[in-house]
Amino acid sequence: MANKILGIVLAIIAAFAVGGIALYRNEPINALWIIVAAVCIYTLGYRFYAAWITAKVLSADATRATPAERLNNGRDFVPTHRWVVFGHHFAAIAGPGPLVGPTLAAQFGYLPGTLWILVGSVLGGCVQDMVILFLSTRRNGKSLGQMAREELGPVGGFAALIGTLMIMIILIAVLGLVVVNAMKHSPWATSTVAATIPIAIFIGFFLRRIRPGRVLEGTILGVILLLASVWAGGLINESETLRGWFDHAGPPLAVAVIAYGWLAAILPVWLLLAPRDYLSTFLKLGVVALLAIAIIIMHPTLKMPAITQFIDGTGPIFSGKVFPFVFITIACGAISGFHALVSSGTTPKLITNEEDARLAGYGSMALESFVGIMAMIAATLLDPGVYFAINTGTGIVGATAADAVQTISSWGFPVTVEQMQDLALEMGESTLFARTGGAPSLAVGMASIFGTSFGRGLMSVWYHFAIMFEAVFILTTVDAGTRVGRFMVQDLLGQIWKPMGNTSSYPSILVSSTLIVAGWGYFLYIGVIDPNGGINILWPLFGISNQMLACIALSVATGIIIKKGKMRYAWVTGGPLAFLATVTTVAAFQKIFSADPALGFFAAADDLAAKLAAGTLPADRIATAPQLIFNQNLDGWLTVFFTVVLWIVIADMLRVVYCRMVGRPLPASSEAPYVPTQLNGGTGVTAHA
Amino acid sequence: MRSLTQVRSAAKTVWECVRTVTGDNAYDRYLQHHEQTHPGTPPLSRREFYDESMDQKWSGINRCC
Repeated sequence: MANKILGIVLAIIAAFAVGGIALYRNEPINALWIIVAAVCIYTLGYRFYAAWITAKVLSADATRATPAERLNNGRDFVPTHRWVVFGHHFAAIAGPGPLVGPTLAAQFGYLPGTLWILVGSVLGGCVQDMVILFLSTRRNGKSLGQMAREELGPVGGFAALIGTLMIMIILIAVLGLVVVNAMKHSPWATSTVAATIPIAIFIGFFLRRIRPGRVLEGTILGVILLLASVWAGGLINESETLRGWFDHAGPPLAVAVIAYGWLAAILPVWLLLAPRDYLSTFLKLGVVALLAIAIIIMHPTLKMPAITQFIDGTGPIFSGKVFPFVFITIACGAISGFHALVSSGTTPKLITNEEDARLAGYGSMALESFVGIMAMIAATLLDPGVYFAINTGTGIVGATAADAVQTISSWGFPVTVEQMQDLALEMGESTLFARTGGAPSLAVGMASIFGTSFGRGLMSVWYHFAIMFEAVFILTTVDAGTRVGRFMVQDLLGQIWKPMGNTSSYPSILVSSTLIVAGWGYFLYIGVIDPNGGINILWPLFGISNQMLACIALSVATGIIIKKGKMRYAWVTGGPLAFLATVTTVAAFQKIFSADPALGFFAAADDLAAKLAAGTLPADRIATAPQLIFNQNLDGWLTVFFTVVLWIVIADMLRVVYCRMVGRPLPASSEAPYVPTQLNGGTGVTAHA
Repeated sequence: MRSLTQVRSAAKTVWECVRTVTGDNAYDRYLQHHEQTHPGTPPLSRREFYDESMDQKWSGINRCC
């Protein structure tokens, strides 16, 4: 009864908040409306939809022993309290994605992105994460690739493996690009980000030699050092000689990030990767909490219109109409296929009770989605003119400040050179024009929020704290992703030539690490030399590959639900699958076939080739033109590849459905057999930590 | 007096949760598990356990975008 009353109250509040957002058009809206709507919608989704799915669709059984109990080894398989699993899983899925995507999608106005984040997560992303987590738990913690192979067939399984490897490469490249763009000609940011490496190594020694395994001590020490490095970066920025050491253009910074990624992949994990991850997780949780508090204290008014004219596809930050590109640009935050890899990784080995999949899977994703909402608020509270000046590449608005403000003001978003200079000065940067990638504009937004709520005197410190936070976050993903990619390459090469599959053999480690780093390093470097900022090519490619992975995960889930004889509930994952497959295919189709050089990859290659042949390119662009032409063609073929992989997996799933309907034999279920739980007197219910 | 004890025990629960989620007490929990399942055999040292758990943690996908 209490549950029902709560539900009704929440629904009324949510309706008012969403109604408020929708109706207060043409006048500024306060961010609190969005926060209230979001919290109510997540709570409703969690209490009702997720509970219904767990009970009816998944038939979660509290009396069934989970792998954590059956295979308990005191290490990776350990029955764990559900709130601890929640924290563990949130820390694993939360990355820089939901910070960058909404920031870029704000070019359409705040409304399209916000609605997609809310609806996409509650009906799509949270469901995917929870269902995959549950299915993997039922299968002793099997990975998505294994489940695809065993439940659908070898074709689907192989497609999932290759798709995962490719998305990893694109993901690392695009994140590397975000960091490089944030450090470009910014001595303060560069020196602070550079300092995170020796700090992480020191903490690595601390945790292994000085105080083995004392994670909290090491983390707190490291975070203090990181904060000190933000302050020290300010001093470096003020010294004429030291400035020069850290003031670099994009290409050398890209080379540095590539070299760093390669080293991080071959060094022992305790030295760099593990300590960096402890620091980034701590910062991540701290900043998310701080940001939520600060947004409520500040309750800013959003200055961006609800919808801008760029929904017609002429947007300067990335091209393409609001449909389908808002759904591609915001992947993490609404639905992210990558989460399915994490949900079928370490988390299923910790679940004590099958019903805990709701809190860990659905709950963590709801919180991640909330991070996306906060990023959207941080982007849209800026003056739109400032937002576009920061996020648009010089190839679109022109190289000089005067050109840029003129172009941006002509779109109806007034901004002046003085305004941008004052802002840059306040943030301790030499310029904020064309700082593409999303990180600088997010940092300006976060600095405004923190500065207004907790003291305005330190805006430049807040700005560089935000940059450091994003960089630590991103470099952890770069390290961890390169390492996982290395294992995948070793696994693939090992199938061709056995010795290459030995994950501890140094020649194999060197070859496979070099291959994977060369893969993402290539895309990163091209992105850096691209005058349009690179992000407008790489981010859609990342979005398409991430949504393709989500389609694979949802196909596996739908296939399993149907094999279990629950065809009538197949829409729970089949619905989001149909929507995402449509969105991804339409976006890929436009990226491949559009004749508009701003949108189509092949059209852009042809356009640039024609300009090169006709001699109409400016002198500084002639040298890089052949590389950019090759890259646009390559991106086009990659998009074709992703689309083909996507439909192979869907076809494999439909084959399973067809076999089930006509009664043909199917691959047997790989579910572990039922064993009753011995925990808590056989009820499986955990009442204590 | 009773409420103070309750606050204390609640704080202790939260602290233990923090230690578990960060992995700060992973070794203590391993020792406890080892004591129960393999009594009489020597457990790994703190450092051996840390090394092993690091390798295990970072051999699969456990960080996202």
